[in-house]
Amino acid sequence: MTDAAYSQAEQSSASETGARVAALKLWLRSVTIAALGLGALGALWALGGWYISQTPGMRAFAQLAPVPTFERLWVMLQRGEVWAMSAPSLYRVGWGLGIAIMVGVPMGILIGRLAWLRDLSNAPFQLLRMISPLSWMPIAVMAFATWDGAIIFLIFVAAVWPIMFATAAGVKRIDPAWLKVSRNLGANPLHQLIYVILPAIAQDIMTGIRLALGIAWVVLVPAEYLGVSSGLGFAINDARDSLDYARLGATVLVIGIIGYVLDSLCLLAIKRFSWLRSDT
Amino acid sequence: MTAQSTFRASAALDAQDQNVLPLPHATAEAVPDTMVKPGRLGAHVQVDALTHRYKGMSHNCLEELNFQVEAGQIVALVGRSGCGKSTLLHLIAGLMQPGAGGVYINGNRVRSTCPRWVVMFQAPSLFPWMTVAQNAALGLRFAGRTQEIPKRIPSLLAMVGLTAYADRNVQDLSGGQQQRVALARSLATEPDLLLLDEPFSALDAFTRRALQQDVRRIAKELGLTVVLVTHDITEAAIMADRALIMAPDPGRIVTDTVLDPGADRHRDSPAFEAERARLAALFETTA
Repeated sequence: MTDAAYSQAEQSSASETGARVAALKLWLRSVTIAALGLGALGALWALGGWYISQTPGMRAFAQLAPVPTFERLWVMLQRGEVWAMSAPSLYRVGWGLGIAIMVGVPMGILIGRLAWLRDLSNAPFQLLRMISPLSWMPIAVMAFATWDGAIIFLIFVAAVWPIMFATAAGVKRIDPAWLKVSRNLGANPLHQLIYVILPAIAQDIMTGIRLALGIAWVVLVPAEYLGVSSGLGFAINDARDSLDYARLGATVLVIGIIGYVLDSLCLLAIKRFSWLRSDT
Repeated sequence: MTAQSTFRASAALDAQDQNVLPLPHATAEAVPDTMVKPGRLGAHVQVDALTHRYKGMSHNCLEELNFQVEAGQIVALVGRSGCGKSTLLHLIAGLMQPGAGGVYINGNRVRSTCPRWVVMFQAPSLFPWMTVAQNAALGLRFAGRTQEIPKRIPSLLAMVGLTAYADRNVQDLSGGQQQRVALARSLATEPDLLLLDEPFSALDAFTRRALQQDVRRIAKELGLTVVLVTHDITEAAIMADRALIMAPDPGRIVTDTVLDPGADRHRDSPAFEAERARLAALFETTA
């Protein structure tokens, strides 16, 4: 290896090390900030717990404070109760969200591509979107043979709109030159869908899914107040009815943690599908 | 200057762009033998009584155009903005259908786009989620010729001086390098006809000059027919064998002239300057 090559290799190695150190610093900074935020939330929670324990007439709820809640959560984890209550909820959210993606993405692409369909569907879709998903509850109970079916339907109704509208917005933003170039290179409509449209809007679809997941997760708990005997919503109701407030607090914490993890996974997927250099 | 040295010079010019990562080992090659098919001829183009009017317009943007382009010829469509040059190119490419008359390539009427004739647009319009090699291979993928990709794409990238960039995202490239990728992408399906819609107008002068020479050389070596839309007289003189000067309202061809700017087409040579001046004078008096 020549001196120049050695020098170039050294420079390249130094540059890679510098980039790694910078990335590590950035990561440490974001973790520290997140820890500080969570710490502040924990402090507020502890303060609230202390206030409840000191206030006559509210002492019955003192078990909602951090220490009893975490103690109960540890017991629930050891007994496998956390998984037992979470699995049915994740199953229902998975199905509801899956169906919403299967309906929302193709509809969003069609609405984004076809102006006449966009004009035709705008008023009815906006009207349906504004109806609270929970107001479909009585109709869902009547329409579906099983409780699971009704809950999945409610989650679908909540999740489909953000996915559809984010997809349509992404399609409308596609550079027309990409479609012209692909056509010029001999692409048929299926080629355009696979090689141009879907990659171009992947980030928009994932953003819509992230929004939809947030709404679906919020709708899930009241939806599980329906006649089911499993899931996080049922667990909340059950804990309240049995006056087991430590368990109630632990279940709320589990809902928050799972929701946070799912949202973080969506965020990772958005970064993965982002092709804009400025977004990475 | 040989073809290889021309490419090295132009690759070096691209590398001067501050947005480009240094590429000390960038080299470009002449057209590989595997890509030159013996006896291959470009497409014959015939434009027959072509008339076109856009929806909502009260007058024709193109009227009664009649001309032919011989196989292997490079023809420049020169004219002022709005004279219908790009519309004519889109009609030849089959991206639009004419109101009357028609375009025939090798005797067949053009009714849609086809990988045998491809357009290079002013903006390279590369797909930013793909690498250089993936962009270049797209036409082959659309044509179902994926088995040819491992052999053809490295040759094409070598030809346009981007071998070292094959796995880079196209967003890492300069404007000139992106146009080179667009050129490789256009040539991947072995077209007979290359339609250039002011593809160098957004580039800096050095890169533009290098690409003008490169594209002409590649077209001649591959035997391609080229139709070039430009409003740059110098570009037409550097690249074309023949110039069709267009006038507007309605768009029509007013001058058809053969260009002979000297064998090397060197812009400093008296022959080139004389031919460029002749074309400029024709343009001023007729367009």
